[in-house]
Amino acid sequence: MTTIRSPHTFRGGIHPAYNKDLAAGAAIRELPTPARLTVPMSQHLGAPAKPVVKAGDMIKAGQLIGEQNGFISAAVHAPAGGKVAAIDSAVTASGRACAAVVIETDGSAERQAMPALTEWRGVDRKELSARVGEAGVVGMGGAGFPTRVKLSPPSDKPIDTVILNGAECEPYLTSDHRMMVERAREIRDGAEIIRHILGAKCLRVAIEDNKPDAIAAIEQAFADMDGDVAVAVLKTSYPQGSEKQQIYSVTGREVPRGGLPMDVGCVVENVSTAFAVWDAVVNGEPLTRRVISVTGDAVAGPSNLLAPCGTLYADLVAACGGIKGKAAKIISGGPMMGFAVGSLDVPTGKTASGLLLLSAGKVTCFTSQACISCGRCVDACPMRLAPAELSQFIEADDIGGAEGIALMDCIECGSCAFVCPARRPLVQHMRRGKAAVMARRAAAKRG
Amino acid sequence: MDPIITSTLCVGGIGLASAAALAVAEKYLSVKEDPRIAKVAEMLPGANCGGCGYAGCADYARKIVNDNVDLTLCAPGGPECANTIAAFLGRAAGAVEKRVAIVLCCGDDTAAARRAAYNGITDCAAAQATAGGDKACAYGCLGYGSCARVCPVNAIAIVNGIAKVDKALCIACGKCVDVCPRKLIKLVPAAADIHVLCSSKDKGPVVKKVCGTGCIGCRICTKFADEGSIVMDGFLAVADYTKRLTNEEVVAKCPSHCIRKDGAGNAETAAAS
Ligand code: SF4
Ligand code: SF4
Ligand code: SF4
Ligand code: SF4
Repeated sequence: MTTIRSPHTFRGGIHPAYNKDLAAGAAIRELPTPARLTVPMSQHLGAPAKPVVKAGDMIKAGQLIGEQNGFISAAVHAPAGGKVAAIDSAVTASGRACAAVVIETDGSAERQAMPALTEWRGVDRKELSARVGEAGVVGMGGAGFPTRVKLSPPSDKPIDTVILNGAECEPYLTSDHRMMVERAREIRDGAEIIRHILGAKCLRVAIEDNKPDAIAAIEQAFADMDGDVAVAVLKTSYPQGSEKQQIYSVTGREVPRGGLPMDVGCVVENVSTAFAVWDAVVNGEPLTRRVISVTGDAVAGPSNLLAPCGTLYADLVAACGGIKGKAAKIISGGPMMGFAVGSLDVPTGKTASGLLLLSAGKVTCFTSQACISCGRCVDACPMRLAPAELSQFIEADDIGGAEGIALMDCIECGSCAFVCPARRPLVQHMRRGKAAVMARRAAAKRG
Repeated sequence: MDPIITSTLCVGGIGLASAAALAVAEKYLSVKEDPRIAKVAEMLPGANCGGCGYAGCADYARKIVNDNVDLTLCAPGGPECANTIAAFLGRAAGAVEKRVAIVLCCGDDTAAARRAAYNGITDCAAAQATAGGDKACAYGCLGYGSCARVCPVNAIAIVNGIAKVDKALCIACGKCVDVCPRKLIKLVPAAADIHVLCSSKDKGPVVKKVCGTGCIGCRICTKFADEGSIVMDGFLAVADYTKRLTNEEVVAKCPSHCIRKDGAGNAETAAAS
């Protein structure tokens, strides 16, 4: 076990105000199970899960309520026991509606889990990743890619390096930070399981250098782990937590255009995901709750809450002492890549790492102007794109033109919009353009 | 020999040989296009809107003559155009009903609430992708004019925060129908002049909270409307345009005032009539 200062750092990126001190010191607090949970069937990338319970059913905590529906999909379990009040539709943080199982919780302590498995070392890799899938574990950093799929790469793509992503480069958010400080031991065991499943020889924990306490906790917990294990201390820079950028920072390898981390022998898993893998494999517990940072200057008591998936944002805010003054903007996730939400009646999910409430003083409504061709967005873009040109193509509805200059490589990190002196809503243009390309591709597929 | 003469002879020779080849090709290989195609193309309005489903008027003309496709697909041309072509080709025209687009929402900014301030790009799909849109009603017109921008004849205007179609200008190409992220626009018979201008499937109390003029699902209209011309889809009254709705009493009876007659305080047709 060593600690290395990463010699590389990706090109571009920005340095926003981090504002992490609001919640970084707040220890993880368990939220009492709310009386009512609205558990969305879409808490991951891919097809929403199919509800397997109906209104009136009595269910136990940990029971399967939505089954995996396709290859890129994930199972959903009941975070608490009680009665199914309805199978309703809920608008999730992304603004899209999906089916949701509404549970009236009864406070019973009874849980239903898979049998515990402490001696996982002797177990077949396939069986272990199936267990991870059965527990509905998905990437908890934001995208929600089913972990089971990441853990079973095709045989022609050997994985030699597992990177645990503890960068948490989004301003304000502190949930992964607190997990590393308080649950380092479990993260270590989860990392060992992931490394075992993938047969990788190398393990790196990537942490930005603005979290010395997390680095210390991880160093201590991982000290007894054998093999090529190291904490990779990264320069604090946004978007250091983005998969491709992080792989470069940690290993110096560049994921080819349109490629996946496995093309360069890497798998990146969020630290909270490692915890969930440990919980699933060792305790047989499905992923039904997570730590979410409720922060921002309009929250009375910024906190890191361990909350069941399906808790309404309103309940989270109430548990943090309510709104301080007036919240002018509410964001699910971090300020850079999160989604603005229109109300607090939105349920949390497996990927919800933060809820941000900002006062009017922290929010500026810009008037966007024409591009002045300064080129700052080009310097900032970590994907080496030309956001100015892309956005102009998209504005002119020349979607094909934008696609031709690599629109689909955009990771929507927002670095370009952050630096633009003309205040152009560049990321929104990218999102619109990407949606148009996807729609066009889907139409072409249908013929 | 003088190089100038050589090159003149060479180039001239190549030219003559090619001309001969072309003459032969013209005689034996040429494809004769049916002269009627050009004539039919002239009879079409030349809007090139693509509403017929073909790549412009000329392509549609080719398909009419060669593949005998339906004559009634051109919305801008309407029955007149279909009849002219039918007479020219000696075919039956079939019945064409002139259709127009209508936006099934009347919750403008004086009636319907916005639940957040949207400060992004002026595009309905982009607004919809931001927290599901800023309009409090999840079904209503967002008013960022994506439909107006794709309309080839500028028939749509944003009036007081919602889209309105000018019946007289609309050529029923259907472009707006496809682009609206809230699927609010329908092509309906131009002769129909009483409409239920609401698309909210929410229950009455929910509608009332967000819009002063949304359908509350009271069913009163179904009692006054001509048989079957207004049907209920859950909590929403929907005009069935295959039936004629002429009884103007429904307009006065709707407690939410979302059943409206063209021209009556309705900007879209004030201009048209
Ligand atoms: S173009 Fe995309 S990847 Fe590049 S800075 Fe902008 S949002 Fe980030
Ligand atoms: S930063 Fe803004 S103004 Fe400068 S080139 Fe990019 S889009 Fe144009
Ligand atoms: S209003 Fe709609 S259907 Fe009518 S011409 Fe314009 S885009 Fe076409
Ligand atoms: S009708 Fe649809 S596309 Fe037109 S302004 Fe309204 S929401 Fe936008």
